Amino acid sequence: MTAVDFNTVLPEVILALYAMAALMFGVYTGKDKVAVPLVWATAGLFVALALWIGLGGEGSRTAFHGMFNDDPFARFAKVTILVSSAAVLVMSQDYMQRYNMLRFEYPVIVTLAVTGMMMMVSAGDLMALYMGLELQSLALYVTAAMRRDSAKSSEAGLKYFVLGSLSSGMLLFGASLVYGFTGTTQFDGIFAALQADVSLGLLFGLVFMLAGLAFKISAAPFHMWTPDVYEGSPTPVTAFFATAPKVAAMALIARLAWDAFGSIPAQWGQVLAALSVLSMYLGAIAAIGQKDIKRLMAYSSIAHMGYALIGLAAATTGTADQAVQGVQAMLIYMVIYVTMGVGSFAFILGMERNGRPVTDIASLKMLSKTEPLKALALLMLFFSLAGVPPFIGFYAKFAVLKAAVDAGMVWLAVAGGIASVIGAFYYLRVVYFIYFGDTEDPAESRMSAVQWVLMMAVAAILVLGAINLFGIEEPALTAAKALVL
Amino acid sequence: MAQQLLNIILFLPLVAALIMALFLRGDDEAARGNAKYLALFATIATFLASLFLLAEFDPSNPDFQFVTERDWILGLKWRLGVDGISILFVMLTTFLMPLVIWSAWDVTKRVKEYMIAFLILETLMIGVFCALDLVMFYLFFEAGLIPMFLIIGVWGGVNRIYAAFKFFLYTFLGSVLMLVAMIFMYMDAGTTCIGACGEGQVSLLTHTFSFEAFDLLGIHVVGGVQTLLFLAFFASFAVKMPMWPVHTWLPDAHVQAPTAGSVILAAVMLKMGGYGFLRFSLPMFPVASDLLAPLVYWMSAIAVVYTSLVALVQSDMKKLIAYSSVAHMGYVTMGIFAMNQQGVDGAIFQMISHGFISGALFLCVGVIYDRMHTREIDAYGGLVNRMPAYAMVFMFFTMANVGLPGTSGFVGEFLTIMGIYQVNTWIAFFAASGVIFSASYALWLYRRVVFGTLTKDSLKLITDMTAREKLIFAPLVAMTLFLGIYPSAVTDIIGPSVTHLIENYRAALPVLAEQAAMH
Repeated sequence: MTAVDFNTVLPEVILALYAMAALMFGVYTGKDKVAVPLVWATAGLFVALALWIGLGGEGSRTAFHGMFNDDPFARFAKVTILVSSAAVLVMSQDYMQRYNMLRFEYPVIVTLAVTGMMMMVSAGDLMALYMGLELQSLALYVTAAMRRDSAKSSEAGLKYFVLGSLSSGMLLFGASLVYGFTGTTQFDGIFAALQADVSLGLLFGLVFMLAGLAFKISAAPFHMWTPDVYEGSPTPVTAFFATAPKVAAMALIARLAWDAFGSIPAQWGQVLAALSVLSMYLGAIAAIGQKDIKRLMAYSSIAHMGYALIGLAAATTGTADQAVQGVQAMLIYMVIYVTMGVGSFAFILGMERNGRPVTDIASLKMLSKTEPLKALALLMLFFSLAGVPPFIGFYAKFAVLKAAVDAGMVWLAVAGGIASVIGAFYYLRVVYFIYFGDTEDPAESRMSAVQWVLMMAVAAILVLGAINLFGIEEPALTAAKALVL
Repeated sequence: MAQQLLNIILFLPLVAALIMALFLRGDDEAARGNAKYLALFATIATFLASLFLLAEFDPSNPDFQFVTERDWILGLKWRLGVDGISILFVMLTTFLMPLVIWSAWDVTKRVKEYMIAFLILETLMIGVFCALDLVMFYLFFEAGLIPMFLIIGVWGGVNRIYAAFKFFLYTFLGSVLMLVAMIFMYMDAGTTCIGACGEGQVSLLTHTFSFEAFDLLGIHVVGGVQTLLFLAFFASFAVKMPMWPVHTWLPDAHVQAPTAGSVILAAVMLKMGGYGFLRFSLPMFPVASDLLAPLVYWMSAIAVVYTSLVALVQSDMKKLIAYSSVAHMGYVTMGIFAMNQQGVDGAIFQMISHGFISGALFLCVGVIYDRMHTREIDAYGGLVNRMPAYAMVFMFFTMANVGLPGTSGFVGEFLTIMGIYQVNTWIAFFAASGVIFSASYALWLYRRVVFGTLTKDSLKLITDMTAREKLIFAPLVAMTLFLGIYPSAVTDIIGPSVTHLIENYRAALPVLAEQAAMH
């Protein structure tokens, strides 16, 4: 029994053990001198685990009496998390080394965060959910403040920590209400209890939990921390924030919504729809005035979370098939979003002037003259983020909008369409600087080979994805079916 | 082979653009030459391939031909095909592209990127005319904005940034309403397939959208859903066309765009609006089209008269021709909504012919702009003394623009006026008066630029057209004359499809009226 259980959580166990071993290794050997090999080893382990999980896993099984799920949905999310974390790790190595902030703890903390995320997407119990979430969050708080000598970085870490704790508190409060009214922390137990009776207190619990989770995906109106933390944290950490944790939290929302509250979709569907609309519009409008590209990316990620939520909200009104389609659309959206995030941050990491990193948008002026190829790739990235065809960002938006229309939520689709036009303006503004601005005081772009390769690879994916989306539709469908049906 | 012909035509320029982007390195003379020749060969190859298309095309069949279909992503289908209405637009695009590329031979600023932008633009424009799926149409229609945005913004004139943003946001706002309408259409019809969907499948062309009147926010909407859908599409196509009063982006875009960009914008991209009316508005929303036709007539009449008068007072040559384009597009919209054989035939003919003539006129401006770097009319005068060949060519296209019999411009205007006369004589009156206005601004422009004595010192050394420039104009002159003398070349191809379109439209109206009476 126990052996089977451990077999199911083996990837997570391996990661946790690796994190501890790496920590010991670092402490007793060269400390920061071993940071570079550690980064690469960690990234290698992530990719290896992703391959193992993605190719090896089959069917659905649970461990520890339903506390831990291993199903296609969890595997899909895990592969996305692992691959994107590996990409972010390797592209940040050069940056951190150059600005003298590469500590050997960094890959270790990232490993712990990833372990937490993998726990989150597999959670089958409120306790497991909370454990995973906190492991992830605590690790992320530390990374935000990693630049010890920078007041901004410390401020970002502190802000993130205080607000994050608040949201964790709300989540915990909601979870305790749910437990109090159903008498169980297990998702399937809650599911069964809800079929008998839906009490007001339970709904309160549900809303509190959703509020706590909305904070983690930075959906409006729980987004306040995002711009400050994105701006203050070291850029590699921002890149990390913008990718894997978003996938994990989004998957966790889907998991909680379907596995625990699947019998009352109408109740949480409207909450998600409201979050979605608010996020899309807030992200689109607030980004217009931004001068810092990291803040811009923060608002951009808020808006993108809004679109992904359309997929989930659309999954609540129609038939089971439409629900599957909605979840599938959300998963596709998240994968494409993460891909674009990796590409854009690969570039942002390389921006510098006089040997110091810069992040103001104005420093992109006339990049097209000095770096035509990078400028072109960046142009494609921003058009794709704006959802202009033929880049894959368009198909992501199309997938969620189509899911919304199919499920009869036309108003949501229309709202999404209009928000994307407003959003197009600020992405276009960046393009304006790259191609049309005047050449006063431009930044240099000093990308390492890894960053360059990643950025170009993403640019190629943006275009080639239009052929068949690299076949992610099928696994996303399997994952969505596993969750919903 | 024949089955894949459309895919080949569509992707040939794109593949060339990719090769250029990936394998051409450096910015020396040799690299620039390579880029230019590669672009020229690719566009010529595309044109040759499209000649095969024309040869294999069966004009007597009003249905879609060369249909290729395969599964694509997200439940979409990749579906291409042409019918009598769209094939000539494809031909127009492929015919003009080599000339445009060749006309840009003297560009020195980022040649490789310039060529890539045009090649990608060609793919997207062909895609618009071949797409048989709503989503694909939207994709090509929207994506075409990106290269044009960059062409204006990077290679344009002094005020290019303002023009590029105005162009992008104007058209993008128009198409958002279209996107919303498309979402609704998909929901209502359950398909995004436009035509040739296979046996027993619903297509948007055969689906009837509801036209029952209802109240929306206190307003009684006659024609119901169809009216709303029509207006949403109208917002996009009218901006693209452009129709008065949403034409103001066009003069800015034209003036600031480089010559090649202006040519493509005027010759092909404006036609997407007219094509959209023929492909979507009329067949899919017949009741609303019928209801709102008078509105379109009057907007067109105002466009013809008003923008002609505006053209009269322009001091910038490109701006003058841009306003003249708006006026000529007025004939197109009135012809389309006259909904009879002459009107629609004439509208399509006018679009094709305007493609050659306005393209050539922008090239004419380009020729002297390249020499003098100004578009001010006042800076010229007496060019005939030093540039006889240029004076000939410019005279020819000025006459064609005015609608001189024997040139293609005459046929288009004549047919559309004839078509509209059967429906509304007042509009025909205004349209005919527009011909006189166009004669006045075009001939006056010609007089000021070409005739007179050459007094300005700056012009004393101006040289006549080079052999390359002459060769670029030759095919345009030939086509303008050929279509003017033998218009059946066009009307035979478009005829059956247009007849089919009109029959369906007419058939829809009484049935729909009957149904409305029963409710």
